[in-house]
Amino acid sequence: MGETSINFAKASSAALQDQQLRGNFRRAMDGLMSKRAVQFADTAEWNGVRTLGASVRLRALSKLPELLEKLEANCTRNGIQVHWASTTDEANAIVLSIMQRVNAKLVVKGKSMVSEEMHLNAFLEKHGIESLESDLGEYIVQLDEAMPSHIIMPAIHMNTKQIAHLFKQKIKEAEYTEDVAQLTDLARRVLRKKFATADVGISGVNMAVAETGTLCLVENEGNGRMSTTVPPVHIAVMGLEKVVEKLEDVPPVISLLTRSATAQPITTYVNMISSPRKEGEKDGPNEIHLVILDNGRSGIYADEELRNTLRCIRCGACMNHCPVYTKVGGHAYQAPYPGPIGSILMPQVEGLEKRGELPHACTMCNACVEICPVKIPIVEIMGRLRSEAVHPGDAVKGAGSHASKAEAMVWKGWSMTYASPLAYQFATALLAKLGNAAPASLPLLKEWTNVRSKPRFANRTLHALAREKGIPDV
Amino acid sequence: MSHDGTISRPAIERPESVYFFGTCLVDLFYPEAGMAGMELLKAQGVRVVFPQGQSCCGQPAYNSGYREEALKVARAQLDYFPGDWPIVVPSGSCAGMMSKHWPDLFKGEPDEARARQVASRVWELTQFLVQVLKVKFEDQGPPVKITWHASCHAQREMGVTDEPKTLLRQLANVELVELQREKECCGFGGTFAVRHPEISAAMVGDKVADIENTGAKAVVSGDCGCLMNISGALEGGKKPVRGVHIAQFLKERTHG
Repeated sequence: MGETSINFAKASSAALQDQQLRGNFRRAMDGLMSKRAVQFADTAEWNGVRTLGASVRLRALSKLPELLEKLEANCTRNGIQVHWASTTDEANAIVLSIMQRVNAKLVVKGKSMVSEEMHLNAFLEKHGIESLESDLGEYIVQLDEAMPSHIIMPAIHMNTKQIAHLFKQKIKEAEYTEDVAQLTDLARRVLRKKFATADVGISGVNMAVAETGTLCLVENEGNGRMSTTVPPVHIAVMGLEKVVEKLEDVPPVISLLTRSATAQPITTYVNMISSPRKEGEKDGPNEIHLVILDNGRSGIYADEELRNTLRCIRCGACMNHCPVYTKVGGHAYQAPYPGPIGSILMPQVEGLEKRGELPHACTMCNACVEICPVKIPIVEIMGRLRSEAVHPGDAVKGAGSHASKAEAMVWKGWSMTYASPLAYQFATALLAKLGNAAPASLPLLKEWTNVRSKPRFANRTLHALAREKGIPDV
Repeated sequence: MSHDGTISRPAIERPESVYFFGTCLVDLFYPEAGMAGMELLKAQGVRVVFPQGQSCCGQPAYNSGYREEALKVARAQLDYFPGDWPIVVPSGSCAGMMSKHWPDLFKGEPDEARARQVASRVWELTQFLVQVLKVKFEDQGPPVKITWHASCHAQREMGVTDEPKTLLRQLANVELVELQREKECCGFGGTFAVRHPEISAAMVGDKVADIENTGAKAVVSGDCGCLMNISGALEGGKKPVRGVHIAQFLKERTHG
């Protein structure tokens, strides 16, 4: 593993010790799963809308270069300024240069996972610009100087009491209260002042429509609308995969997105932004910029199997249904995108040297695949990445970086034994005789027996029993 | 494959003979479950062939990223199932590996067609008992309360969801209480259990608590990986609940 590799095991171990955190996640995810099940109770409807959603995303990806060109042309025609960034550094620099040109000191942000990927807040802070998250969950996480632990519900790891303490500690005018309405109201009052005085608003993009040059944003709190409408300049950042072909592609994806994410049949706000303020209009920003980020995505796109990762509509349902995520929470993944989708996306974006542990943060139970509204074969890609991690290749950055001679030898020995009936029968007969004598302190067995009894080898193998009972061989 | 990526088997006529693929875990740890599976089939008048050359479907290496090694072991199985008979497997996970992943594993290999042909004949045991043999069991055991643990790969790769419960519900004296989180993974995941022992322990801990809440005397499962994990945790925690493979449980109830 490289120097900067992320230690998932260590971080998850800490999370598992935190009973409060475990309780928060278990409760929250149980609630989300059962609510979502109600939304998709009709199997036929689910199959239909899911097939449609997957086909919208597949069609968009099948002509991605063409659609991105079309998007740029139509946005430009609408007066939206389009910028391309191949790395997060480039994207940050583009955002900064726009800010510096308008002499911005305060930025309000709607929720944007791409800006998390860019570590934009920290970057702007370094350049003397205050960047304030306006989504309630993101605002809480920002006050707590933490990372989001979920892509839809950034502060889902905290309960009301913890938030009440945080507000009391970090907001000057706060009185201690555990009343959710009062806490929300307090945040709203703080944020409203900032919206009115911010120089720039930043947002993400849920979908960008190529044929019309429209940016589509889904949200519940109105903060996205405030961030994109009130300040004189709006900067939207998006990953290059977020394009869809036509306006009619938007409704099915939104329906799948909101129902999968928060089990809402419909969201409170759908913003369709197609131009800056026009002459005679009373509101809206004077300038809109769209920053389109690559950050490894074109490399993912180049591989037909890995490309399916880019279908993702960022609903977070895979996290909600992942038994591993539910136990350890989002912070253990130490990545802007945690859970199953993060475990396949992050190693592809940042390389296997750094993120090669994430594809193993999975029992391959397929709960995420079952739930994914656009049918991403997450577990197949997980397996592919595990294989890339140990075999040198050129499809994913850092392929071969986790190759360990010892592990390779174990599997080589395993395959030699299991591919030869004679060797296999010899080895299994030996294990049946002597296996139970192995001390529980042996590596692997030790980890296993921490909470479980030692597996007991049977006296005779099935092969032996079948022979004795006269069950016919081939 | 069906719309959601699970394997669905077209209906077939009741065959005169079947092959039994025992799986490596059954072979070493639960041979009595394998024997019970074969006896259940024989009791339905089907001839069972157990190829002695068989070993493992290759899943452990495949899931660890060692595909060449998995291929080598999977390839070694092909010779031992030469006829056209169905191949019955007492494990949803191994059946899933053979039906769903072998075609990918052998892609572009000279024996791809042969591997696909073998894969297309694989049935999970309960799926075969219900769909092909249409068994009707008569319970001969005393009253007992049990619960059912659904294996991830049986349900999400093989599309086996109702079949085991259909069989268990045929038993008049068996009360089946469903788990609150029946579909949730027990935390085995092959090498996951030793690669991430703490997370795996937390997962099986939740599973054990769920099982205890049902008040069941036994937890029945169709997969020895899950069974080894769950019954290991039950034993490790000194819980008075027994873990048992569905083949063995059915045999105990129907053959006295």
